[in-house]
Amino acid sequence: MTIEQHQHVTNVARDVVFNESDHSRPGEQVDTKTVGQVTVEAPVITARHVNVHYSEKHAIKDVSIDVARNSVIAFIGPSGCGKSTFLRCINRMNDTIPNAKVSGSIQLDGIDIYDRSQDIVQLRARVGMVFQKPNPFPKSIYENVAYGPRIHGLAGNRADLDEIVQTSLRKAGLWEEVKDRLDNPGTGLSGGQQQRLCIARAIAVDPEVILMDEPCSALDPIATAKVEDLIDELRENYAIVIVTHSMQQAARVSQRTAYFHLGDLIEVGPTEQIFTNPRHKLTEDYITGRFG
Amino acid sequence: MHSSTVVVVILLLASAAYQWAKSRSISLVGGTRGVRNLHSLPAYYGMYVALWCALPALALLGLWHLLGDRVVLQLVLAQMPTAFQQLPADQAGLLLNDIRNVVSGAVPMETARPEVVMAAHHWQTLSGQSNLAGGLLALCVAVLVGSLAVRSIKPDLRARNRVESAAEWALLACSGVAVLTTIGIVVSVLYEAIHFFHFVSPIDFLFGTTWSPQMAMRADQVGSSGAFGAVPLFTGTLLIASIALVVSVPIGLFSAIFLAEYAARGVRTVVKPLLEILAGIPTVVYGFFAAMTVGPLLRTVGESFGLTVASESALSAGLVMGVMIIPFVSSLADDMITAVPQSLRDGAYALGATRSETIRNVVLPAALPGIVGGVLLAASRAIGETMIVVMAAGLSANLTANPFEAVTTVTVQIATLLVGDSEFDSPKTLAAFALGLVLFLATLGLNIVALKVVRKYREQYD
Ligand SMILES: Nc1ncnc2c1ncn2[C@@H]1O[C@H](COP(=O)(O)OP(=O)(O)OP(=O)(O)O)[C@@H](O)[C@H]1O
Ligand SMILES: [Mg+2]
Repeated sequence: MTIEQHQHVTNVARDVVFNESDHSRPGEQVDTKTVGQVTVEAPVITARHVNVHYSEKHAIKDVSIDVARNSVIAFIGPSGCGKSTFLRCINRMNDTIPNAKVSGSIQLDGIDIYDRSQDIVQLRARVGMVFQKPNPFPKSIYENVAYGPRIHGLAGNRADLDEIVQTSLRKAGLWEEVKDRLDNPGTGLSGGQQQRLCIARAIAVDPEVILMDEPCSALDPIATAKVEDLIDELRENYAIVIVTHSMQQAARVSQRTAYFHLGDLIEVGPTEQIFTNPRHKLTEDYITGRFG
Repeated sequence: MHSSTVVVVILLLASAAYQWAKSRSISLVGGTRGVRNLHSLPAYYGMYVALWCALPALALLGLWHLLGDRVVLQLVLAQMPTAFQQLPADQAGLLLNDIRNVVSGAVPMETARPEVVMAAHHWQTLSGQSNLAGGLLALCVAVLVGSLAVRSIKPDLRARNRVESAAEWALLACSGVAVLTTIGIVVSVLYEAIHFFHFVSPIDFLFGTTWSPQMAMRADQVGSSGAFGAVPLFTGTLLIASIALVVSVPIGLFSAIFLAEYAARGVRTVVKPLLEILAGIPTVVYGFFAAMTVGPLLRTVGESFGLTVASESALSAGLVMGVMIIPFVSSLADDMITAVPQSLRDGAYALGATRSETIRNVVLPAALPGIVGGVLLAASRAIGETMIVVMAAGLSANLTANPFEAVTTVTVQIATLLVGDSEFDSPKTLAAFALGLVLFLATLGLNIVALKVVRKYREQYD
């Protein structure tokens, strides 16, 4: 670790005694201040020493973390700590922000996604994203779901496309509600339905990873429960990264939890351990409601 | 007393009343600390009283002037010798004009008839008295009503609601002016057009294919029969407007896309105003450009391809008009494209759509209502444009779809029919109104279609 990288780490983090062997698996040593196990067996995403700057603002400070296959990882932390920023690094959505600068390495299945040879279109086909506010396209329900497969040429003919649309909507738990009105505009659905439509749209391109940025913050408790059930089912096939402000939600849907604080990744661990027995003082404060 | 003085004095009174009422409302509740006990803010009490002070007085003054002149006229005529009172209507009018001229000084006293001079003097005295009386009355009303209003101030007087409803009425009156003007124009055009259809049957007018709107002065004149078939004009208008749209819609739309999606911020701040300057160039200048530069150029180019291009052609007028209306399309489209929320673009990008796919499949459909609006605005502008066509496309009413020939449009014919001395009972002049009516109905139809389209997409995509 360089001297500058040392300085990024918060003072608080420095007070904590941690054990090197904690966050490395056999054969890999990760040089980080983060408490807990940042690595996993056979990760789908490996982020190492990621830094993000918005002009002068240092929004993500030397974050290293793995994302496991077929499981859900929750990012929690106070507002403005950089959860969305880090999430957007994983499918390079930060490329659309002119003043954002990302450094470090993020690998998807062992291939650096920030490499020059990486095609951004293919990357985003493999790493889907669901946003905080449902944002269906101004098109019919069918076209919303069919859009991704169309632009990636995933369906050879209309029957294939129908098939993809139907399975995606089924997986998203929306099929029964919309099967009779696939030609109606997607914007005419309720907020919760729209969000599930956006999830269907994301899984229609058959990604490996789905990123969700506070997917339930605009939804009522019933719609939230539906989306949470859905996330649990999707875990069978996809790796899911979810940003949430709801501790209960993180506890309900995720297997691992990562706590961010002012751009630092403070602690990572199994969800149960983070919520019952946080090892870092900041995590504990946040979990117990003394912060944020 | 001059009525403008009266108006100024009334306004001064009103502003004094404003201050008075304001301080009175404050003192009623025992100083600024008690203002919470007032129903409205003190300024509303001020405005309430000021309105009561000014409005009735001004209304009275206006009414007085409107009616006073007539009364004065009657009194003057009553004083004149009986011979004058029994004049037939047209001569009485002349006499009245003489008197008016003497009063205003346009005709010197010495040259006028003595009776007229007498009457003029009489008129002057009477109207002086009338003005004075009216002015004084108005001032009295202002003071009286104003002070009554001040005395009516109580903490629970709903001054804000009153003032706001007065403002509402004022707003209503303003929109009323616009609506009434439109109605007035439509009615007058309709009236004259119906008059025209007494001479020429609507069938001949709408479906006739020859347009030569001359009427004979005498029966034996050459070419005495006019023809009022407006079809050549309609086709000419359509031809030129469609050429203009073919030019302006793609260029305008693509430049809007470039400006909104691809251009760097610096480029945008320079290029956008430059594009909008196009709309500010006077159409005469465009017409000049079309006639002097584009027309001859097309002719030369056409000749080199073995085509005969008239030096005044629909093509040159249409091309130049198209350039003129580019900013109508691009400006509105650009606004609409930038108004498409970033979240929609993000949604498409996150699925792996490229920039151009995002624009084509997501941004443009969402911006469509605005784009359609811009195109229809450009279309009605193209249909209504006159100057460029006069200068660059000629005046000959050819029934043709060939853009290399000279054509003429509805608006150009309206202008030429009404230029110069014209009598308002010949079909030649009245034809202009019939054409105007058709033009009005066409643009109205266009606007209704535009609204329909926009609403349809709004419902679907909001
Ligand atoms: N486009 C941007 N330009 C400049 N600074 C930004 C930009 N986006 C985010 N930031 C800053 O980066 C920091 C992290 O922002 P981010 O949106 O990642 O926070 P967050 O953890 O997602 O917060 P929230 O929970 O409120 O969504 C914040 O301080 C924010 O002000
Ligand atoms: Mg966020």
